[in-house]
Amino acid sequence: MTQYLEFEKPLAEIEGKAEELRALARANEEMDVADEAAALDAKAEQLLKDLYSDLTPWRKCQVARHPERPHCRDYIDALFTEYTPLAGDRNFADDLAVMGGLARFNDQPVMVIGHEKGSDTKSRIAHNFGMARPEGYRKAVRLMEMAGRFGLPVVTIVDTTGAYPGKGAEERGQSEAIARSTEMSLKIGVPVISVIIGEGGSGGAVAFASANRVAMLEHAVYSVISPEGCASILWKDAEKMREAAEALRLTAQNLQELAVIDRIIPEPMGGAHRDAKTTMASVGVAIQEMLDELKDKDGADLIKDRRQKFLDIGSKGLAA
Amino acid sequence: MNWITNYVRPRINSIFSRREVPENLWHKCDECGTMLFHRELSDNQNVCTNCDHHMHITPRDRFTALFDGGVFNEVAVPEPIADPLKFKDQKKYPDRMKAAQKKTDEKEAMLVAAGEIGRTPIVAAAQDFSFMGGSMGMYVGNAIIAAAEEAVKLGRPLVLFSAAGGARMQEGILSLMQMPRTTVAVQMLKEAGLPYIVVLTHPTTGGVTASYAMLGDVHISEPNALICFAGPRVIEQTIREKLPEGFQRAEYLLDHGMLDRVISRTEMRDELIKIIRMMMQLPPQIVGDLPAPEEGEEAANAPVDAAASEEAAQ
Repeated sequence: MTQYLEFEKPLAEIEGKAEELRALARANEEMDVADEAAALDAKAEQLLKDLYSDLTPWRKCQVARHPERPHCRDYIDALFTEYTPLAGDRNFADDLAVMGGLARFNDQPVMVIGHEKGSDTKSRIAHNFGMARPEGYRKAVRLMEMAGRFGLPVVTIVDTTGAYPGKGAEERGQSEAIARSTEMSLKIGVPVISVIIGEGGSGGAVAFASANRVAMLEHAVYSVISPEGCASILWKDAEKMREAAEALRLTAQNLQELAVIDRIIPEPMGGAHRDAKTTMASVGVAIQEMLDELKDKDGADLIKDRRQKFLDIGSKGLAA
Repeated sequence: MNWITNYVRPRINSIFSRREVPENLWHKCDECGTMLFHRELSDNQNVCTNCDHHMHITPRDRFTALFDGGVFNEVAVPEPIADPLKFKDQKKYPDRMKAAQKKTDEKEAMLVAAGEIGRTPIVAAAQDFSFMGGSMGMYVGNAIIAAAEEAVKLGRPLVLFSAAGGARMQEGILSLMQMPRTTVAVQMLKEAGLPYIVVLTHPTTGGVTASYAMLGDVHISEPNALICFAGPRVIEQTIREKLPEGFQRAEYLLDHGMLDRVISRTEMRDELIKIIRMMMQLPPQIVGDLPAPEEGEEAANAPVDAAASEEAAQ
C-alpha cells in the first residue's frame, strides 16, 4: 500500500477506485471489470507521468522525504556484500543515525558510510530520524581515516534532514565534529564518492559529500537550509516553503548546472519509492562508473583533484 | 512654533554642519545601560568600561587597534560572480547587498590584511557581523582562501576573527560549498606548517562554526560570545525544554573543551603576540620602549621598516 503525498491525491483517488473495482470483482464472480479497471490504470499512469514530468522544487522535497523511499540500509543490502558494520567513535557512543563499515562493492573492498533514517516508528527513533550527533561524524572520521590508510575507496550515502540540534550534541561539539568530517573527506588519498539519495540537509550532508564525485538521484534535494527554515527566516513565515524551495535552487538539475554535483541518476516513474529495486540498481551502476573514472589516479592526484574541484565551485552561476 | 526654531536654528545648523561632529556622542551599553562617551568607547575597542560587555566592532576598527601603529595592507580578494542563483525572497539579493554596502561602507562581509603585531608579521581576516549578519557566501570563502594563500606565500601565521549568523541563504548551495572550500584553505596552512589561530567573536554560528572556525590550532574567544551550530531557539523548539544558563556561550564552550582560552578584546593583541611568537619560534616580544637606535642605523632602517618607525614616531 503506497503512501500518497499531498499532490498525489488525484492519483490516490483513481488508483483507489481501480482497487475497489477489482475487490468487487473478486467478491462477485459474474462481474467483468477488466476493461474498466484497465482504463483507470491507464488514466492513473498518465496522471503519474504528468505529475512527475515536471515536479516543482517543493514537490521534489516531499518526494525526497517520502517515508517509503529506499534508505541507506536498503542500498547497503542491495548493492554490497559482506557488509561488516563498524561501530562507535571510541570516545562517547555509537550513533545509529550514521551507519558504516567494511563491505564489498562488486567484489572490491570499500568503506561504506551513510545516514540512516529508519523505516518504521521504532527504527526511526533508534536512528534518530537520520539526524546525526557528533559521535556519528566522529565515527565517520574514524572510518574514513582507516580507509585512507588501507587504500579502500569510500562510498557515502547521504540522506539527512541535517545534523541533530540537541543540547548534548552541542555540548559535545557538533560543529567541530562536522568540520573534522569534511576535513577528513578532503584529506584521504583514496577515491571518495557520494550519492545523495534523498535529503542533503546542510552541514550534516556536506560532512559526507566533500567527495571526488557527487551523484544525486533525480528527485533528491541538496540545500544549505530546509525550505521551511529559509521561509521562516527570510519570509518570516514558514508556510512560504514553496517560494523558498524555488529560490534555493535545491534540485539535482539546478545543482548540476552549478557544477556542485557531477551526475544525476534517473528515478523510475513516480519516484524511487515506487520501484526501489530499479532505483538501487541504477545507483549501483553509477557508483561503479564513478569508481572506474578514478581508478587510475594515485593518492596525491585524488586529493589534489578533490580540492581543486571545490575551489572551482562558484565560477559559474545559473542562466537568468 | 516660532521663527527661531523654524528659521534661525536650521540656518545655524547648516553653517556648522560641515564640522565633523559625530551624530551620537554617547553610546548606551546594550548590557548594563551605562551611557558611554563615544571616544572612550572606541579607545576601549567597543568594550563597555563599566561592565566589560563586548559590543560589535568593525573589522577595520579591529585591525586599526590590532596592527602596529594601525598600519596594515589590505589583501585583495577575488570577486565572485554576483547573485549566482538570481535569488529573490521578499527583496532581491542585489538590493540587499546594496543596502548592506551602504550601511557598512564595506564591499563585503570579510576584510583580509597583512601587517605586524608587536613586530610579528601576520595575515589576519575578520568577518563583519554588520554586513548581512557576517554571512558566509562565496566572497567570504574567497577571502579565507586568499588569506591562507597570502599567509603561505609570506610564511606567516593566519589569525581569523569569526563573526557570523551562518551561511548566506541567498547564495543557496554555493554558500554551503564554502564549508569544504574554507576547509581546503585551512589545510593549505597546516601543510605549510603555519599556525592558524581562530578568535571566535559574538556570534559565531551555523556553517561557519562547522568549518573554518572550529579547525584552528588555537581557539580563543571573546567573553560571553555565542558560539554554536544550531541556535538556542531551534534547540528549545526541538527538545522542548529550557536550556541552562550560559548555554553555548564562550565560557560554557571552554568548560566543554571546545575552546582553549576566553580573553577580553582589550588583552587579545598581547595574547596573540605571545602565542604566535612561541609557535613561530621567535624570541619574546620586547615590551616597553625600544633602545634608541645607534647613530646612522635609523636612516638605514627607515625605508625597510616604515611601519615600525611610524609606530615609534607616535
